[in-house]
Amino acid sequence: MVEHLPIILPLIWAVILALAVFMYVLLDGFDLGLGILFPLAPSHEARDQMMISVAPVWDGNETWLVLGGAGLLAAFPQAYSVMLPALYIPLILMLIGLILRGVAFEFRFRASTSRWLWDVAFCAGSVTAAFMQGVSLGAFIQGFTVVDRAFAGGAFDWLTPFALFCGLAVLAGYALLAAGWLIIKAEDAVLDWAYRCARSALIAVAAALVIVSLWTPLQHPAIALRWFAWPNILMLSPVPLAAALTVLAAWRALAARSTYLPFLLAVVLFVLAYAGLGISLFPYIVPPSVSIWDAAADPKSQIFLLYGTVPLLPIVLAYTAYNYYVFRGKTSAHGGYH
Amino acid sequence: MFDADPLFLSRLQFAFTISFHILFPAFTIGLAAWLVVLEALWLRTGRQVYRDLVVLWTKVFAISFGMGVVSGVVLSYQFGTNWSRLTDIGGNVLGPLLSYEVMTAFFLEASFLGIMLFGRDRVPGPVHFAATAVVALGTLISAFWILAANSWMHTPAGYEIRDGIVYVTDWFKVVFNPSFPYRLTHMVAAAYLTTAFVIAAIGAWYHLKQRHDAHARVMIGMALSVFAWLAPLQIFIGDEHGLNVAKYQPAKLAAMEGHWESDQPAPLLLFAWPDEAAERNRLEIGIPNLASLIITHDLYGTFPGLKDFAPADRPSVPIVFWAFRVMVGLGLLMAFAGLAGAWLWYRGRLFETGWYLRLLVAMGPAGFIAVLAGWITAEVGRQPWVVHGVLRTADAVSPVPGGSVLTSLALFVLVYGVVFGAGVYYIARLIQGGFNDEPLRPTPDESTDGDALQRPMAAAE
Repeated sequence: MVEHLPIILPLIWAVILALAVFMYVLLDGFDLGLGILFPLAPSHEARDQMMISVAPVWDGNETWLVLGGAGLLAAFPQAYSVMLPALYIPLILMLIGLILRGVAFEFRFRASTSRWLWDVAFCAGSVTAAFMQGVSLGAFIQGFTVVDRAFAGGAFDWLTPFALFCGLAVLAGYALLAAGWLIIKAEDAVLDWAYRCARSALIAVAAALVIVSLWTPLQHPAIALRWFAWPNILMLSPVPLAAALTVLAAWRALAARSTYLPFLLAVVLFVLAYAGLGISLFPYIVPPSVSIWDAAADPKSQIFLLYGTVPLLPIVLAYTAYNYYVFRGKTSAHGGYH
Repeated sequence: MFDADPLFLSRLQFAFTISFHILFPAFTIGLAAWLVVLEALWLRTGRQVYRDLVVLWTKVFAISFGMGVVSGVVLSYQFGTNWSRLTDIGGNVLGPLLSYEVMTAFFLEASFLGIMLFGRDRVPGPVHFAATAVVALGTLISAFWILAANSWMHTPAGYEIRDGIVYVTDWFKVVFNPSFPYRLTHMVAAAYLTTAFVIAAIGAWYHLKQRHDAHARVMIGMALSVFAWLAPLQIFIGDEHGLNVAKYQPAKLAAMEGHWESDQPAPLLLFAWPDEAAERNRLEIGIPNLASLIITHDLYGTFPGLKDFAPADRPSVPIVFWAFRVMVGLGLLMAFAGLAGAWLWYRGRLFETGWYLRLLVAMGPAGFIAVLAGWITAEVGRQPWVVHGVLRTADAVSPVPGGSVLTSLALFVLVYGVVFGAGVYYIARLIQGGFNDEPLRPTPDESTDGDALQRPMAAAE
């Protein structure tokens, strides 16, 4: 058993980190998405409703990003140490965006004459953060130049049409999640608007999925081989098929004005896209050359953290669920402590 | 200086962002604990004054905590963006410690903060109290892990180095490394003192303005009942911490004392201008032999001087020397304020002594300045090392061009300036607005019934 630990532990940690990053994308996805939809909102009251619907949960959502960063450092320090300098500019811009939108939650309700300023900060911050996350994802798929355990590329290696398009795709995806969330939370005119947003976002997401799916294999022959070689093409074909069916089902759910289905189906789309990403890149954590085993921390460090993570992560998930349960139901425009 | 040196700029950026960040934990650790006590008092007595204080200070907490969260997220990524050689070499130690902070503290704080701020009408009173207590507990757990990681960088233990990478040999020794108990106690006490002096200052300000008399008395009284004993105790804790520095980081201690020659007993310098080029102090004013007495417990004791270390192994002496004096000076002032306040209270003159109340107002920011000065002493004093004796700061910087760091630094300065200005302004406006004459709230037991659920929690706007 002990001699297998260096093989097994990185796999376990890859799964845990993948889960953490997915939780982040899902949860902060819908509240960043609200910032993306913000300027399109039909009224001042609609914006209040949007803010109040996530005010009690956004901080917890963003904590998954911190777990993703710290967990990557703990489990795969070499990957953390290569990718963060490589993504210096997009990550710093993402952080600046997160600061602006984060403080807007409190400041907006404190401001009187300058409220518009924090509306702008919330929207611009959310859009910047979401777009830069997509750009980072694109750059991650493209891969990084690594020499002697360290990043050896240039400051603008990430800046390619593919990465920029991934930024747009993430904007569309987060907008879809946000619209789905609003459908659950909003009432009256805001609800009608949320359905319309969801429909436009769904079209954008479907288009983005197709384009990214075709563009990704062009990044590396290895990715193309994985998807299109026989018999992989047969075994993996359910992924894009399921995505197509999910888009159709979501379209019908919107037409039928379902309450929960649009959000849930958007989540399913994210799961499928995420699975596709995993299929393309596994086992590389710093594509195209550094695998999860190359970048893994010392087994002693991975085990030390695993002892705590196994009991703690379910507890975190449980009280996160409790928090959502406390704030369940439609958001009244007069909610909140302000 | 403006050749966009990534090392210099990364140091400047880290110093700026972490100094900004530490202001908020330093304040919210104590504030959360105070809100727990206030809420317990309210649940127990049902007195409106406690309720008012909870409502107002929860809003102050929300603004401060929000700024702490967003500036903290930056730090967890800045280790990698700017110090990737540190995270590559030290990741086996630092990664798990920081991850434990996230899993045991950040999630607790973030999730229950929602209930604390917005859930008063959605959960029963005791559950709301529990949520507040959990947030306060989370701030302390967070301090535990982050100070374990930081202390390890000062006094690394429980590790070995193979092929240039740090490997852990004993996790208990890593976490409970030699400086950790001192640093944790010193910092938590500093956080409680910071909050206590802010609360006392606001209370004293209301009292001098003859506003909210009942609230002002509760604020001053509760703050004083903390700093009256904690401020003197902090002097003792700090002294113990200093002895730990003497043992493990002698170069830092020599810089703190402005002590150059190891073969002479050291005076306690009250003023001096350390001249690094000439390797001596100018304009020295000191009390002979007192530093020797404090550090070696012997009037004629000697301890290593700066000349025992090669110039490349010394920290910046003037910065460490003066930051240390600012911290100690403020610490002594706080201890004086604590003892004088206790005496006035005992004599029944606390609320009638104008000079003392004005002193309290003036000392509102004292804790923040002392915390910053203390951290500057600790962190600049560790230089040129980022992990003492293991990795030099110059060898820890990321392969990032200086232009990128210059841009990000400019952005941080701009954005933090706006955010800090706005945050302070909104907090000042809340304080200025004071307590409005809300109708009496239902008692905690009633707050779960259907009628109470319909009411908006506050009408502060």
